[in-house]
Amino acid sequence: MLMLGNEAIARGALEAGVALAATYPGTPSSEISSNLFQISRECDLYFEYSVNEKVALEMAAAAAACGVRSMAIMKHVGLNVAADALMTLAYVGVRGGLVIVSADDPAMFSSQNEQDNRYYAKLAGLPMLEPSSVAEAKEMVPAAFVISETLGEPVLLRTTTRINHSTEAVTLGALSPRRSRSAFVRDPQRFVTVPAVARRLHARLLQNLAAARELSENSPLNRISGQGAWGVITSGVSALYVEDAIADLGLGDRVQLLRIGFSHPLPAGRILNLLRGCQRVLVVEEGEPFLEEAIKALAQEEHLPVAIAGKREDLFSRLYEFDPATVRRGVARFFGVEPRAALAAVDASDVPELPQRPPNLCAGCSHRATFYAVKQAAAGSDTIFPTDIGCYTLGFLPPLAMGDYLICMGSSVGTAGGFARVSGQRVVAFIGDSTFFHSGIPALVNAVFNRHRFTLVILDNGTTAMTGHQPNPGVDMEQMGLGGFGRVAIEELVRALGVSHVSVIRPFKLKKSIAAVREALEVEGVSVIISRAICPLLAKSLKQTRAKAFTVSERCRNHRDCIQALACPAFFIDGERVRIDPHLCVGCTLCAQICPEHAIVPLTAEVTP
Amino acid sequence: MKTSRLVIVAVGGQGNLLASRVLGEAALAAGIAFRMSEIHGMAQRGGVVESAVIFGGARSPIVSDGEADLLLGFEPGETLRAIGRCHAGATVVTSIHPLPPFTVAIGRGRYPAIDDILARLRAKVSRVIAIDGQALALQAGHPMTLNMVMLGALAHTASLPMDADMVRGAIRAKTRAALVDTNLAAFNLGFNAAAGA
Repeated sequence: MLMLGNEAIARGALEAGVALAATYPGTPSSEISSNLFQISRECDLYFEYSVNEKVALEMAAAAAACGVRSMAIMKHVGLNVAADALMTLAYVGVRGGLVIVSADDPAMFSSQNEQDNRYYAKLAGLPMLEPSSVAEAKEMVPAAFVISETLGEPVLLRTTTRINHSTEAVTLGALSPRRSRSAFVRDPQRFVTVPAVARRLHARLLQNLAAARELSENSPLNRISGQGAWGVITSGVSALYVEDAIADLGLGDRVQLLRIGFSHPLPAGRILNLLRGCQRVLVVEEGEPFLEEAIKALAQEEHLPVAIAGKREDLFSRLYEFDPATVRRGVARFFGVEPRAALAAVDASDVPELPQRPPNLCAGCSHRATFYAVKQAAAGSDTIFPTDIGCYTLGFLPPLAMGDYLICMGSSVGTAGGFARVSGQRVVAFIGDSTFFHSGIPALVNAVFNRHRFTLVILDNGTTAMTGHQPNPGVDMEQMGLGGFGRVAIEELVRALGVSHVSVIRPFKLKKSIAAVREALEVEGVSVIISRAICPLLAKSLKQTRAKAFTVSERCRNHRDCIQALACPAFFIDGERVRIDPHLCVGCTLCAQICPEHAIVPLTAEVTP
Repeated sequence: MKTSRLVIVAVGGQGNLLASRVLGEAALAAGIAFRMSEIHGMAQRGGVVESAVIFGGARSPIVSDGEADLLLGFEPGETLRAIGRCHAGATVVTSIHPLPPFTVAIGRGRYPAIDDILARLRAKVSRVIAIDGQALALQAGHPMTLNMVMLGALAHTASLPMDADMVRGAIRAKTRAALVDTNLAAFNLGFNAAAGA
């Protein structure tokens, strides 16, 4: 059947009998989790949205220490958060299989960097698999569990966006029974990593790595095809581009292709075999020269005279993602063959510049109201606005232009203290509810203890919106129709952390909100504003709101404050008039509150779809 | 089988991903090899959603610039923005109903005239089918059927490796039961409109 890569990975996990899975949502990994979440409601698979990736990995590690097959799922930068757990988890290892999915995002379609997480396998000393296609991603999950249990180590399954978000016909396999309960058998000499224990465990890890090398050497996940005196070594989705390039260039009988699916530790013997039989070898990999440097090192050790190249100005870049034509050009250039007579590409250079269509806060988004209120309250003073990761990051775009600094989850709060200490400017930081739970709390404790002076605005829209409305610890799960969950109240939490000035605003009550922000800005030390209003997309899907659209009446004098200050996507210009699209407007009333002529009024006429 | 590469561009919320899924299901049912991919990171936030369907023997799930045989655009400005994905012999099927981005409303950029867009498209590729997808979707009974209208127009070009009935079969099997009739009506309106375009 037709499956998205992420659906195929979830299916592979079920076919492997996974019994516990934990995640923090992040594109491009999110659909793996949303599928497992749904399935977990109907069977004894335990799935959770953990508060962050480190906790997710620790959940999975403990289950695996008990002998239960478990999985931790995250985007590439999530593994940075989980890295502290990962590095020593490699020392203690596992009893039941543990697979860690790292979904990398070359070209940064929805990420703040394009780090190449294959280096985590090398850094931690762990086995890693890299699928090249959707069907293979499904097959690799059970294989990864077997490797994990054979070695007693967690296994990384590293994907990229083009695997996660590709769709292919997949043949379903049988589901394995789950072993969902298993008592923990104590072994402090293995699981308590005091220095004396850890010294032995590091030696154990290196032994396991040697055993993993043997597995990789003999693994069917590494395959060789073709023949000839030229070689190509590749992995991941690049392998598909290489296969197409070899077919298009007619090089099938001149090129040996080694596709590496088990990419740490590398199958050194098979690589050397290829190097010995070739005069020239091209390494095709997105991101960093992970394979290339290892292959060059192997060739050097064996004193092989073969020419090896990959990342080079005239071949392949370390930047962004590859595509079939880029790979075809690189292959043709390296081997000195005629590039295929290309189709005449359309020359689009004379197309006039089209208006940009950046993603925007939705019509009726509560973040827009909060940003506007803070902007009004802070007007006239030079203010720095550190922001954070979520929909509200989009507030950095004009005309709101609320967002001055962002590096990672939780960085708004940590950096706010630093800005406040040295800049001499006022600081107002923004963080979403889910991101606050994920990694904002320690930084807020830090600010209370060290008496930093800034205002933190917690944008509480009752969901993890950006990645598709996943729950977080502040969400009322009963309201979602889901039982069996606790709830953490942000306001109580913040007060308990020692923040003395805490106010809760309803951002669509604009005047009151501006006044509350002004008051918070005067506080010496840390002040917190919790801006609470449900995400309009979520409200719509929960059928909590009935959209009551507004319209621009004849009173309009074309000041256009509404458009210029708010940039709500429901507005459009019709000739010289400002209009509101009744299908988009949800009746948040923000624009009506700022219109100097009070010209924006409820559309009483019935809205037809 | 000859490889044929299709790129679909749309604005978030226009139903691009369902359209490509329907084509994939039709190909699967017909035993035609295909690969698909999509980029939809911020689809719900009004950004551009792009998907690719590659029919035939190719393994790659994406289409390089200048290599699309078919470009299906749900919004004329986005169709023009994506024209560099095509080769000169490509077929372009586009809706002519504009959805200017909010950047236009706040004075950052000017949305070109539809006639200008179409003239530019026609100058670039050998065949352009332009229909008012929005009007036909409303005629079919729901604005959300724009994607089915556009699939109908695409099917009429006979440049897909499967015929219109195979796509109708996938719509029947894979779209929500309550909407199948409306979806098929929309598909047929698009199909017939392309005949006259």
